[in-house]
Amino acid sequence: MPRVRRDHPHWEHGLSARLKSERRGHLAAGTVIAALVVASGCATGHVAPTTTPSPTTSATASTARPSATIDTAPLPGMLSVPNANPFPSTYAPFPSRTTVIRGATILTAAGPALHDASILLRDGKIVAVGASVDVPPDAVVIDGHGRFVTPGIIDVHSHMGVYPAPGVDANSDGNEATDPSTPYVWAEHSVWPQDSYFPRALAGGVTTVQILPGSANLIGGRSVVLKVVPSRTVQGMKFPGAKYGLKMACGENPKRVYAQRGPSTRMGNVAGYRKAWIQAAEYRRRWDKWNADHKGEPPARDLGLETLAEVLRGNILVHMHCYRADEMAQMIDVSHEFGYQIRAFHHAVEAYKIADLLAKNGTAAAEWADWGGFKMESFDAIRANLALTNRAGARAMIHSDDPLGVQRLNQEVAKAMRAGAAAGIPVSDEDAVKWMTINPAWALGLEDKIGSLEVGKNADVVLWSGTPFSVYAHADKVWIDGALLYDRADIAEHWRTDFELGYVPADSATARAAR
Amino acid sequence: MTRCNPTVVIAAVAAIGGAIGSTARAQTVAIVGGTVYPVSGPKIERGTVLIRDGRIVAVGANVPVPSDATTIDAAGKWVTPGLINAITAVGVDEVDAVPETVDQTAVGDNGIAASFTVVDGLNPASQMIPQARAGGVTSAVVVPGGRLVYGQAAFVDLVAGPASALVVKAPVAMVVQIGNAAQAHLGARGEVIDRLRGLFDDVRLYERHPADYDRGGLHRLSAPSRDLAALVPVLAGREPLIVFADRASDIENAIHLGHDYGIKIVIAGGAEAWQVAPALAAAHVPVLTGALDNAPQTFSTLGQRQDNAARLRRAGVQVVIVGNSDTEDVGAFNVRNLGQDAGTAVANGLLWDDALRAVTLAPAELFGLADRVGSLAVGREANVVVWSGDPFELSTRAEHVLVRGHEYAEPTREDLLTQRYKTLPPKY
Repeated sequence: MPRVRRDHPHWEHGLSARLKSERRGHLAAGTVIAALVVASGCATGHVAPTTTPSPTTSATASTARPSATIDTAPLPGMLSVPNANPFPSTYAPFPSRTTVIRGATILTAAGPALHDASILLRDGKIVAVGASVDVPPDAVVIDGHGRFVTPGIIDVHSHMGVYPAPGVDANSDGNEATDPSTPYVWAEHSVWPQDSYFPRALAGGVTTVQILPGSANLIGGRSVVLKVVPSRTVQGMKFPGAKYGLKMACGENPKRVYAQRGPSTRMGNVAGYRKAWIQAAEYRRRWDKWNADHKGEPPARDLGLETLAEVLRGNILVHMHCYRADEMAQMIDVSHEFGYQIRAFHHAVEAYKIADLLAKNGTAAAEWADWGGFKMESFDAIRANLALTNRAGARAMIHSDDPLGVQRLNQEVAKAMRAGAAAGIPVSDEDAVKWMTINPAWALGLEDKIGSLEVGKNADVVLWSGTPFSVYAHADKVWIDGALLYDRADIAEHWRTDFELGYVPADSATARAAR
Repeated sequence: MTRCNPTVVIAAVAAIGGAIGSTARAQTVAIVGGTVYPVSGPKIERGTVLIRDGRIVAVGANVPVPSDATTIDAAGKWVTPGLINAITAVGVDEVDAVPETVDQTAVGDNGIAASFTVVDGLNPASQMIPQARAGGVTSAVVVPGGRLVYGQAAFVDLVAGPASALVVKAPVAMVVQIGNAAQAHLGARGEVIDRLRGLFDDVRLYERHPADYDRGGLHRLSAPSRDLAALVPVLAGREPLIVFADRASDIENAIHLGHDYGIKIVIAGGAEAWQVAPALAAAHVPVLTGALDNAPQTFSTLGQRQDNAARLRRAGVQVVIVGNSDTEDVGAFNVRNLGQDAGTAVANGLLWDDALRAVTLAPAELFGLADRVGSLAVGREANVVVWSGDPFELSTRAEHVLVRGHEYAEPTREDLLTQRYKTLPPKY
């Protein structure tokens, strides 16, 4: 019950999940020493251990994995650190069958809606999509008449795993609220793969999520991008090759959480960001120099500054919680001062006030359909926010920040569409679907792999019972990399977490009665 | 948004300047041509709802429209009673994180705040009121928060005017929780029950011997006299007791309490209510529940599921859908989203007609107000919404919202912000 939370003796913990979410953050900057290995050219990212203080054991572990499960090679800039990838993904696609969905309305997020169209999924990829496709003899053929197909939904703002269900203190691992700047923490080290929210998100058509630290801190820590799949380990959920994100937060939360020790004001917040970036720039310079000449002892490693330096090199994407328009404008100036890019503002309830600025700066805005009012910086929330942001040419996207909201991002998009229409800014289905697919894919730097139904892309696909923008819609089937991970009709196969066994009736998470 | 038809704005201003919050004077409104869902009866195609002086005077397919009537063309539209959101903080929680704008929860005496009347803090200037109303929610129950005994809830119509004008009935229910010992600052579920039983026993004692209480002639009672007095109507079975309870065993305990003390119990939350549906039906205990929660968020909600309402209804339990679309129910920003909960309940098995009843007539009946609100029937207050389509569908808009016969069409604060920033940079 909401009331339970509200009455919690500690105000900070007693506020809504969304306030908690904002507080939940920490960045873990940790592993990446910025410049160390550039010179080695090591394609695997595993650096010669002799020059690196510690992180070599994970390299050994990862090389022992079957080749099919080794993460993709680190990005070029990542070679600048001692071990760019100490916790490599072990994800491997689930077994899949060649599948054709026929006769459906397909919202590709890459062009006009295709009516009475088909899509072919094979070997984890989208092989064909169009008015008709060749049906291989071994294909499972699904009748899509009356139904809709979209790309898998992507949520760029989730705390699943780090604030799991049940929401007990013992599992509450989302905010390292011990210092206003904690770039040294990594969200993945808090993710509990047995979080019962994960299967529910999948049943809502969500296939990829970014798990962020909370928003207590100015610099909260590293995010991790996960596929919404059952796994014993978080490594088994990690999206191969996805860049890390850096969670930062504006405004009320940091200054409230650290009111006693500082920052206690917004100007204190900004001083905190700048102080951190000054240190990061210096750290990066020292390592870049050492990597270039290898003279003398390497500089001492600093887990937090490694992450910040990687941001400055463009290898980690900044995701910044920021409500107010004027603050977003200031954060953009800070980013210009230090030469990094803010990939997306999250909870950008006032994006509509500066949508032109966001468009000009190439910064996306992750927004709610109608949440607001719970604190001063959220008070000017309007439901036409996405439509107005979109119209100004900025990248708008829906996000949840909530383990229940993540299950119906399609509904949230629908509400935002309605608000747009009411404001005289109608948004087509073709555009609106981008708010939950290709735009968040771009925010994660994964737009070449997921987010639209185009040949060659990962077969992350949702088959909806009808238009996904209806309150009555259900995700009937969900594929990730071509594998059918959720089938509403097949209750026996529904993913159940370890925690749920014995406690939660088998079909409660995902079986929804037919209308 | 498009709710700024200048003529209607003038009408609204005139109303505010006049008999604020009360019935618009000598005004006749005819809503014609829509599909009318009276809830108290079968739907009427191309029906008319005729309103005079704030009340419904005729509903039907062949209702003559007086020449002086203001006509609302509802052809192709859906016409329903205004929605009733039965658990809200509307008017008492403006900005949740700004305490001076929040008047929902009393400190009380050892967790007991029975004499607390949340409606005394109702702010009729709250921007949440027009915001909810613009979404087609015309009535709400303002429910206090708290530790153990929260206080007294109020039923309000979302009209403009002084706080007193909003109130339909106050108190409309007493509110307690059961099953969360920590919240009550107690040690165990059993202690919560024990505390409530002790309190109820003392209410009876106090009721029989008020003079002794005043003289100090009774043993130390579990609450001050004002709290005990406030509970008298509850123990007499006249005022319902809303019990927040989620775990099945907590709900059973609430049923037992009701039985033992002759209290009219209403379950709120009720995450696992479906597990004890037969007992609820047998005891005629209604359930106020949402439709969006489906996860084991706490150890008290392990069985939470989205077909809760559907299962309860099939078992014969009276169900009221409450809006918790704003999942943590913070503030009153999304009181307007009640239809999304109802639609989601339908998507999970509740019959559509039952869902409409669950957000209109069912809460009105539950609180003894079915003769005033909750249906489109002659004599009822004219709380009426004309929708562009299915009121639960996400693309549907509330195009005309009338409360007590007055159409509210002035722009909300959200509308004003939208209009200001629709052009960048703004003009100001």
